[in-house]
Amino acid sequence: MKTSRPWILWLVAAATFAYVVAPLFQSDTWGGFEMRKFGRLPVLLNGRIKPLDTVARNSLLIIHGKQTLATDHGTLTPIDWLAEVLMKQDEADLRKVFVIRNSETLTALGLSPEAGKYFSFREFVPHLQELEQQAALAQKVDPQLRSAFQRDIIKLFERLTLYHRLKNSLEVEGTVNFKSQIDDLVKNIRPSPVPMNTGISAEALQSLGFLAETGYFFPIPPFPPNDDPLQWRKMGESLVAFLTEGKLHLAVNSWATMATAFAANDPATFNKTLDNYAAQVQRDLPRRVWKAKVESVFNQLQPFYSAMVIYVLIFILAAGSWLVWPKALGRYAFALLVVTFIVHSGGLITRMYLEGRPPVTNLYSSAVFIGWGAVLLGIFLERFFRNGIGSATAAMIGFITLLIAHHLSMDGDTMEMMRAVLDTNGWLATHVVCVTLGYASTFLAGFLALTYIVRGAFTPSLDRATAQSLTRMVYGIVCFATLFSFVGTILGGIWADQSWGRFWGWDPKENGALLIVLWNAIILHARWGGLVRQRGLMVMAVFGNVVTSWSWFGVNMLGIGLHSYGFMDSAFPWLIAFGASQIAFMMIGLLPTHLWRSQFEKAKSPAPTQVVDVPA
Amino acid sequence: MSEAVIRPFSLKSPLRILSSLRLTVICLGLGMLLVFLGTLAQVHLGIHAVQARYFQSLLIYWSPPGTGWKIPVLPGGYLLGTVLLVNLITAHAVRFQLTRKKLGIILLHFGVILLLTGQLLTGLFARETQMRIDEGQTLGYSEAPREVELAVIDVTDPNFDQVVAIPEEVLARGGTIQSPTLPFTLNVRQFMGNAHLAMRSQEPQAPPSQATTGPGKNIVVAEIPRTVKDDERDLSAAFVEVDGVQGPLGTWLISNAIPDPQGFTLNGHTYELAMRQRRFYKQFALTLLDFAHDRYAGTDIPKNFSSRVRLIDFERNENREVVISMNDPLRYRGFTFYQSGFDNNDKTTILQVVKNPAMLLPYIACGLVALGLVVQFSMHLFGFVRKRTR
Repeated sequence: MKTSRPWILWLVAAATFAYVVAPLFQSDTWGGFEMRKFGRLPVLLNGRIKPLDTVARNSLLIIHGKQTLATDHGTLTPIDWLAEVLMKQDEADLRKVFVIRNSETLTALGLSPEAGKYFSFREFVPHLQELEQQAALAQKVDPQLRSAFQRDIIKLFERLTLYHRLKNSLEVEGTVNFKSQIDDLVKNIRPSPVPMNTGISAEALQSLGFLAETGYFFPIPPFPPNDDPLQWRKMGESLVAFLTEGKLHLAVNSWATMATAFAANDPATFNKTLDNYAAQVQRDLPRRVWKAKVESVFNQLQPFYSAMVIYVLIFILAAGSWLVWPKALGRYAFALLVVTFIVHSGGLITRMYLEGRPPVTNLYSSAVFIGWGAVLLGIFLERFFRNGIGSATAAMIGFITLLIAHHLSMDGDTMEMMRAVLDTNGWLATHVVCVTLGYASTFLAGFLALTYIVRGAFTPSLDRATAQSLTRMVYGIVCFATLFSFVGTILGGIWADQSWGRFWGWDPKENGALLIVLWNAIILHARWGGLVRQRGLMVMAVFGNVVTSWSWFGVNMLGIGLHSYGFMDSAFPWLIAFGASQIAFMMIGLLPTHLWRSQFEKAKSPAPTQVVDVPA
Repeated sequence: MSEAVIRPFSLKSPLRILSSLRLTVICLGLGMLLVFLGTLAQVHLGIHAVQARYFQSLLIYWSPPGTGWKIPVLPGGYLLGTVLLVNLITAHAVRFQLTRKKLGIILLHFGVILLLTGQLLTGLFARETQMRIDEGQTLGYSEAPREVELAVIDVTDPNFDQVVAIPEEVLARGGTIQSPTLPFTLNVRQFMGNAHLAMRSQEPQAPPSQATTGPGKNIVVAEIPRTVKDDERDLSAAFVEVDGVQGPLGTWLISNAIPDPQGFTLNGHTYELAMRQRRFYKQFALTLLDFAHDRYAGTDIPKNFSSRVRLIDFERNENREVVISMNDPLRYRGFTFYQSGFDNNDKTTILQVVKNPAMLLPYIACGLVALGLVVQFSMHLFGFVRKRTR
């Protein structure tokens, strides 16, 4: 290793590490308010106790399409934005947060496309009625038959509803001094089983009912403190309960004080109340608070995002090593790959800890896991072959799968609760993990074969030794893929037999998995039977990409079957494009070798001289 | 090119073809095509029709639009499975070697053989039925969700009913049906697998009904295509004429869309006619004590469904409580009861009842294949690593 200097290696690793942890060193406060601490408060939403920060991020992603909000005076973090929505609604209404990309939607609402694609709530107010009517019209159409415009208008309506519910989660929007309202309530109420008889005004009772109905999340923990998620309350529910029971949860006071202090721009009171409340929850529910803290750090680090970025760098380094400085660049790429794999794994393990689940629970996590599995296998390949191919291919798959995951995360919380039939860690840990590893390895074999075809046909860099080692890699990975996809598919059958008495039901997702098994079996048998040789193996392995992407995404787009995840129309053209590109690569792979830039096959074959092609 | 060799006819060449890897690859390829087309077809045909037409069939036919032709275009699941099975067995018979190197291959292929056989047996012999039990109700039978029967019930004795059940396939054939226990014959005038029923008052211009008695006179029936949706049931209907010794007693419209029993009296016996889902009586009964539907906090996402039932079996002296929940079925006397659905505001449970004599085969097959693959590939891997590190 004379060409590489160890200190450069360390520098590269250190720089990567610095890039990964950098988000932790962002400012904690915003205008004097301790926003990071605020974001770590646990609340209940969609059956899961999570930090307020997660609520903020997912809501902003759904509404805005991004995790940060650019304003004229700098960038807002999700929790800054949510704090405004919850406690200073007038200012939040002016933020240009709603993204509309569909020009038909703009026209239908009478908004001008010249105004850009971001709009504030205030700008919608004159068009709300029209929007409601359009959404109601679209709702009547069967979801699978809706036009792009109809889907967009329904989505916009849902986003506005979400925003409206968020605004009315802590207090009724526009409340001037929530704290004093609650103090008045405590002073004047005579608790009674019938809320009307407590002396509360009809108007005030109605607004409490509205708060209980509209509120989006559940900020009030159980009293007396316990671990049961069913006992968390919305702000309004807690206040209505107070009317009948006469006991006000201390958390109601704390949230109200914070809301009032925030609206009055009084950071001192806000921070003091926040400190006290956080300490109280910490005493009552230490485990939940710890998890919320872990989740909030996880949110901030966004390990999958940083890993995605570094995978690009690794690919460039490893692919570069085929042209210049093979040893040095190859080593840097490998070192980076290992560091990035650790980051990727860290993210995966944290998710598993937070969810209390095996790694794959939904489409999002399957993308993360496919990338992870492919990178792990790639590391092994690189360790043995040391030719940059394992690193480059792994990095490529890591990047693509994490990019897919990034887009899948736009739909909101990626740690959802598991529906009844899926609520079984045993099968999630075996069947789902096996099948997903089967996907990962089939993709890896396919991308290795792509490397072979691209390098062979377009560059002179594919020599005989490399071609042979690629063949061994592809063959080995196909064996691995056969093992995992077969076992995983049969385990799925056994799960089905266990949960609804049918080992095999020809459900689209089952069929998809079966296709992968069959294709891998075909590759192996064709190879053993001598029906294909090196290039044939490569071309077949590339088709494995098509089969796997169909099984992973295509069958979900059929919108039928027990396994369907919902209609993902936007991904459909991408799937078609991917399939077409793979077929194109297969065609290139089938071109006569004299058209290839790399002429490695000539040296190998002891062909008689007269067969050599006519020079062009 | 060498000169053509004229081979004498021998038994070896068909055997060579049958046992060739080429045939394996062709079969697997056709299998992929079949599975892919079968998946796409589900969008329009529904899963049940696709299963019958693509996977539980010998050939798949294509009818050019406008003709009544049936052109076979692809081998169906049963044919492909059988050929693969024969291919596998002959390949091993012809080239069998019990060596350490072949151990993994033999194990895994034996697993595949078991798997294919198991699926064939399941397709032929397994039966899936359903039980819908209301809270507090006791039920001693399960029903076929996609098959009806015509029940002729002698309700004269208040202590028990005597039932003659005529299965759907007999009804569909039409014609006269006679049973030794009935003093009359049934003449099936028309049978409709799926029908739309409407009151005559809503469609006054419709032709007169074939029914001469019962509420069927006032009902207009039209045959419609069978449903392809998993969550819908067909409403079947039939016009049935009852012929006594003294001549016809009348023609009834019988349908599972008509809930009230229709009956007549003959020779002092009272009979009822009913179209209902085909029943399979059990030697035991289940009483639904309670159905529970848990949701996650603050959501409508179902967390669990479970049915608390009492199992009563006089023959075997069983009388105990059982909980059937998602992923946790009850297995009893060769039947497996799975939590499948619910209805009626969480007051009715729907249990899937499966009897599958080949149930264990996939489990054994899975073990064998997994073991075989691991043995085979780890031999490759270790050989490879040894070579690299040397």
